[in-house]
Amino acid sequence: MSPADSRKIRLLLLQNAPLILFLVLVLVFGSLSERFLSPTNFMNIVTQAAHIAIIAIGMTFVLLVAGIDLSVGANMYASCIVVALYMKGWNPVFGFAVAGFLGLLFGAVNAFVITRLRVPAFIATLATLFVGRAIALYLSGVKMIPFGKEILLLGRTTWLGLPVPIWIFLLVFVIAWVTLRLTTYGRQVYAVGADPEAAAKAGIDVRRILFSVYCIAGVCAAIGGLVSASQVAAASSTFGFQKEFPVIAAAVLGGTSLFGGRGGVVGTVFGAILIQTVENGLVMINADPYVYPLVVSAIIFIAVLVDSLRTGMLERLERRKIRVETA
Amino acid sequence: MFQKQVQAPVQAPLLAVRGLCKSFFGVQVLHDVGFELAPGRALGLIGENGSGKSTTMNILGGIHQPDRGEMVLDGQPYRPKGPKDAEAAGIAFIHQELNLFKNLSIEENLFIGGFPKLVRGLPFIDRRKVRTRAKELLAAIDLDLDPATLVSRLSQGERQLVEIAKALGSDARIVIFDEPTTSLTARETERLFGQIQRLKGRGIAIVYISHILSDVMRLTDDIVVLRDGHVVATAPTRQMTVDKLITSMVGRTIDQIYPPRASRPREGQPVLEVEKLTQPGMIKDVSFQVRQGEVVGISGLMGSGRSEMARILFGLDPYASGRILVDGQPLERPTPEVAMARGIAFLTEDRRAEGLMMDGPIADNLALPSLPNFAGGFGRLIERTRLGDAVERTGRDVQVNARDFVQTLVKNLSGGNQQKVVIGKWLLRSPRLFILDEPTRGIDVGAKYEVYKIINELAGQGTGVLVISSEIEELIGICDRILVMSHGEIRAGYDRAKFDRERIMRSAMWDSVTKGGR
Repeated sequence: MSPADSRKIRLLLLQNAPLILFLVLVLVFGSLSERFLSPTNFMNIVTQAAHIAIIAIGMTFVLLVAGIDLSVGANMYASCIVVALYMKGWNPVFGFAVAGFLGLLFGAVNAFVITRLRVPAFIATLATLFVGRAIALYLSGVKMIPFGKEILLLGRTTWLGLPVPIWIFLLVFVIAWVTLRLTTYGRQVYAVGADPEAAAKAGIDVRRILFSVYCIAGVCAAIGGLVSASQVAAASSTFGFQKEFPVIAAAVLGGTSLFGGRGGVVGTVFGAILIQTVENGLVMINADPYVYPLVVSAIIFIAVLVDSLRTGMLERLERRKIRVETA
Repeated sequence: MFQKQVQAPVQAPLLAVRGLCKSFFGVQVLHDVGFELAPGRALGLIGENGSGKSTTMNILGGIHQPDRGEMVLDGQPYRPKGPKDAEAAGIAFIHQELNLFKNLSIEENLFIGGFPKLVRGLPFIDRRKVRTRAKELLAAIDLDLDPATLVSRLSQGERQLVEIAKALGSDARIVIFDEPTTSLTARETERLFGQIQRLKGRGIAIVYISHILSDVMRLTDDIVVLRDGHVVATAPTRQMTVDKLITSMVGRTIDQIYPPRASRPREGQPVLEVEKLTQPGMIKDVSFQVRQGEVVGISGLMGSGRSEMARILFGLDPYASGRILVDGQPLERPTPEVAMARGIAFLTEDRRAEGLMMDGPIADNLALPSLPNFAGGFGRLIERTRLGDAVERTGRDVQVNARDFVQTLVKNLSGGNQQKVVIGKWLLRSPRLFILDEPTRGIDVGAKYEVYKIINELAGQGTGVLVISSEIEELIGICDRILVMSHGEIRAGYDRAKFDRERIMRSAMWDSVTKGGR
């Protein structure tokens, strides 16, 4: 086997590492617990993964331009607490509209600080993470706020055999997929992520693209938050706490690069399901709950490691050559 | 091997450039540059590095605005404010570093600036139309590839052709090529040339910038030679020869801008011995020595492998085979840390990005590589007084022009003084071998003289010095020996007695001169 071949195989393994991991996990959990492999359980996994998937879809846009949004969990708490406090008895459609709008505002603040005030995304969204949680805690008086019945009903309703959270997730997914694949905007997001300078030379409004992705992430965080609300019944002071972790992990596990320009929402959805599978599997085999964060962080670590290995390899493969070697 | 040139009759110029002047930070880089472009003809633009070729083309492409002078396109004044204006005017610029998005497909790259829409007013891309248009464009340049192929999977030559297709797609009337062949194989080069001939056949005007003079001779109808921002020759290509071109590119004498080379290299064990150093795609069979107190220059064009070789010596990049010996002892699998421990110092090409902490004070920058030498005693804490004294002494030695080294931030210094800080920080380590990559790029004549003096004194103390420079004149002024690289190999070596600008230039343009083409 030539070195080039072995490099190709290594790259192929790296590209598909999450899929391999998923299959291994399914086999392990499946052999340890009979219930794990049942269709009902699979439906449960997807339902529970829906809110992570929705937020992670928004995060994918941000990661594609090599940005990051740490404030999604805070955004989700802040947007949803308003719905829980002031919109009891309203039609849930209004709830989603208001939460979505608040999420958009939250995202726009991030976008403004990052693109206009030129604060690095990491710092800017770290700051809004604390600000967002503080506002939500202030509004709620640090009390557990139950959501209205109509929101809870949503979580239990099914339509055409599928729970409503899954429908909402599918809707968000299709819109995101079409936007990224089939619109000029979507392709320009990829271009900006690959090389902002070249993108500007190609006549793309780079700042507008950067601004918009944080807004999209904001809307998705709020919608994902309400979907989660429909399943947990009340917003405690830990609602959305540390959500940025599984969300970013889902996108990265799904093959979206932290370095920008590579990835997509299909992978992200897969990543979200993978993470939920792990949690669900651990429950099924009655693992110690304190082990969960360890296992989940180990998987996330692997995902990030694979991403950086893969990026390094691709960079080496694409390096400019000075000499053209003739074999 | 030579294709028949598509000769177009001389007509009214498509673009006339007259009296362009441009200064950067008070230094005038263009003096009354003028030339004309006619439809269907190719203009070769040649000159040494820093002669003003890129500035001229950046003005054409709207990246810079001229201080004086005018451009007339089709009888209309042409004043681009940015790359978009240039594109709208039908000027396409194919950069040496291609501006393609590797993560997107060929067809997406062709239309990234504006996709055809499915329905007017809605954002959806008409994928089918993109596909047919992309196929037409690729067919027009004979590129038999699926438009959905990702650009990252294409070879350099194919990417170059995609850029041409992009230019065609934007209905360009002028296409500027900047060093398009440096990373192409002979076959790909032939193919590119065929396409350039076809562009001419379509009535498109070409500007072709290259160091490979034989290519320029073969492709172009007219040639403009720039030197120090002046047009020194304009002539139809058939009246030119490679020899004449080289003479007019060079034509300068060495002024009194170099300190006399007083010391001699010392006999005995060389500081650095390099034997058949090879890294595929970068350098091949590079062998040479640097003796104590010797100043060795490496000349070569951009992309000749000179900086890559330096990076390998300092352990920044790996090498596949060959040997590096420092003071007679092999340096295997070097890392910068090991190389530094063995007494190698490296001044990088890009001091802003790699050599300096711009936001730090002078003293911290000077001290950085030597911190371990000044750490001692309990807990290996840094001995601040001893370090402070040494920093102060070195700073004065290299004549950094600042009152207070602890207060003054490096970013507030001039380019020349920044460079002295970088040199000083390595001097503090008393290196055995000092590698300097473009040590005087972008600094003024006075600061250059001081840098040369430091190099001279260093050699006088027995340090081996390796200087990489694009300016042949500079190497002639300060070196004991000059090695010339081209395509990752050392093509020639000259001792001080045999220095000759033209011969060095000829060696650097080795392939143009010996093969008359590729």
